[in-house]
Amino acid sequence: MKKIVALVLVLAMLFTSVACGKKDEDANVIKIGGIGPTTGPAAIYGVATQYGAQIAVEEINALGGIQFELNWQDDEHDAEKAVNAYNTLMDWGMDILVGTTTTNPSIAVSTEAYEDRIFMFTPSASSPKVTEGKDNVFQMCFTDPSQGVRSAQYIIEKGLGTKVAIIYNNADAYSAGIYEGFKAEAEKNGVEIVSVTTFTDDTATDFTAQLNDAKTNGADFVFLPIYYTPASLILAQAKSIDYAPVFCGVDGMDGILTLEGFDAALAEDVMLLTPFSADAQEEPVQDFVKKYEKLAGEKPNQFAADAYDCVYAIYNAIQKNGIKPGMKAEEMCDKLIETFTSADFSYTGLTGSNMTWQANGEVDKAPKGYVIKNGAYVEL
Amino acid sequence: MEKKLKLSAAAKSNTITYSMVTVAFILIYLLDMMDVLSNSLSGQLVPICAYIVMALSLNLTVGVLGELSLGHAGFMSVGAFVGVVVAGCMDGSPDILRFIVSMIVGGVFAGIAGLVIGVPVLRLRGDYLAIVTLAFGEIIKDIINCLYVGVDASGLKIAGSAEALVLGEGGKVLINGPIGAANVPKLSSFFAGFILIMLTLFVVLNLINSRAGRAIMALRDNRIAAESVGIPVTKYKLMAFITSAVLAGMAGVLFSMNFSTIVASKFDFNQSILVLMFVVLGGMGNMRGSIIAATVLTVLPELMRAFEDFRMLLYSVVLILVMIGTNNAKLKAMIGKYTGKITAVFKKRKGETK
Repeated sequence: MKKIVALVLVLAMLFTSVACGKKDEDANVIKIGGIGPTTGPAAIYGVATQYGAQIAVEEINALGGIQFELNWQDDEHDAEKAVNAYNTLMDWGMDILVGTTTTNPSIAVSTEAYEDRIFMFTPSASSPKVTEGKDNVFQMCFTDPSQGVRSAQYIIEKGLGTKVAIIYNNADAYSAGIYEGFKAEAEKNGVEIVSVTTFTDDTATDFTAQLNDAKTNGADFVFLPIYYTPASLILAQAKSIDYAPVFCGVDGMDGILTLEGFDAALAEDVMLLTPFSADAQEEPVQDFVKKYEKLAGEKPNQFAADAYDCVYAIYNAIQKNGIKPGMKAEEMCDKLIETFTSADFSYTGLTGSNMTWQANGEVDKAPKGYVIKNGAYVEL
Repeated sequence: MEKKLKLSAAAKSNTITYSMVTVAFILIYLLDMMDVLSNSLSGQLVPICAYIVMALSLNLTVGVLGELSLGHAGFMSVGAFVGVVVAGCMDGSPDILRFIVSMIVGGVFAGIAGLVIGVPVLRLRGDYLAIVTLAFGEIIKDIINCLYVGVDASGLKIAGSAEALVLGEGGKVLINGPIGAANVPKLSSFFAGFILIMLTLFVVLNLINSRAGRAIMALRDNRIAAESVGIPVTKYKLMAFITSAVLAGMAGVLFSMNFSTIVASKFDFNQSILVLMFVVLGGMGNMRGSIIAATVLTVLPELMRAFEDFRMLLYSVVLILVMIGTNNAKLKAMIGKYTGKITAVFKKRKGETK
């Protein structure tokens, strides 16, 4: 009996010792917390956002003035771990949250952030569910349905396809969300969708059935609202069955050219609608690409640019509304909400110009169309 | 006389287990109330409770019944998603009622799943049972992945695809296929977790110390001998298996109501193995061990966040060390010597005060 009591006491001591070290407010810096998967299957997105945010924080700190401190925690692309990561950051004394990178963990974390009144700015969690009913959660990327709608509008405007096939991942909120938005807008405008086929993460190796369906239905335009890894397989397998429609991707397609073991010639003439391209010639983009390459040893993707923009947008807002280090997180949250939703606040960064935010946290910006020519993006 | 002594030993051991859980709960609860507990830890309290219940229920199958089940997360998944649907349908009722009804219905559905899988599968032995339960977990995951459930004014609607799910005005989607359930009401609390652990302990410990429990353990130890004295194999195997499934379903409800979102892929093979690891490291058939193992192994990865990406490596090293440590005769003897000394001191004191 006593043995057990002793054990319980030891456990309790362990717990309390963990609890110490909380609330060491540093009055000189604004503590930015970041959450994203830096390990596990979605690690490329988490690592990209981490590096993107890190570059922005380093640049801002070099300017003098307000200083940021970044603490990035891994969530393994899992809602449970993401909430743990969030609570760890709360113990650290986080003022503002940049994250989380992926959608499902983001939904779980946004509920917590809403209760605690922490300003949350996600670079890339694109489901409308993330911001739904939470006034303190903002997105840097498009929501999935609105990306689908904008893609459809773009294709209709430019007259790119008449018979459209869609292959999407129905196990992925991102892919399914874009598909729904695209389908609704395309049907409204009389675009003929001749083939809709799906796959899941477990079946993302063989696409011949989907491609043959599109081919037999005579589709001349294949819309791929999916990530670049399955897209690369689709392109290779389409070639092997001699099927050559116009392939068009969305921002998830960005990164296909740097995929290891992928023959870039297969991606020739592939279109993609994305807010960011590492091949754009503008100076800020090239500057960012250089810094990112130095840090990570590879070209940045859209996720990195989104996170970079998140930190800068927060920085701009802070300069405007006079938030100071040492303020309470709730106070910062209210001020940031006010600034971000005010009519005269807009932000121009790597992923768009004159971005504004609606009261529901969604961003307003225009996608850019690119086509791959000779292994590089050319703006349409 | 001898029988009486043995029983009282079991009763004594059970009392220790109950009081250990209660004391730990009161202590942690008070610390949490006083805000001494870190956010990181207080955020993990409900998941820890859910994992303890999972470990206890799996221990019933693995430790007491002696059958290896690799699909325990499947039952958790059934409970979790049924619970979410029930809670979604009862929108507007008081939270406590919603939670209790969800928990009961979730448990019942997991039990039905246990019955469906148990009847054919428990006729298999050894490796085959492991393989089929493994497949069961995956099947549950895939079924929920193509399940679209919504609720509107006319009632509950279930469909096989997003397009087929047509909801009326004001309807809301509860389970959205592979995207899972979002905006799950946060009804779980640490207190509810504690009640569930106590309930689980009560069910499991009473089952073990009952006539049925002794029959189940007889089956584990020697099936042929047990059969020869007239113990119905299927009945008792099913009893243990379904009890285990119901409790796992309830743990699933508790778990899902703590996060605002759940996806079917969370309850995959890895989750089953995680729970099995709690059972194995805590000691098969040892309920107290399961509780401690589930708690420590859930908290451990979070405590190791300071090591960043190396924490996975360290975690596995710790697991291996625990395994080697608990099986090392020398180490065991050493620990036994020290604990023997300590208890001797306590006993001596007790004698003095008397």
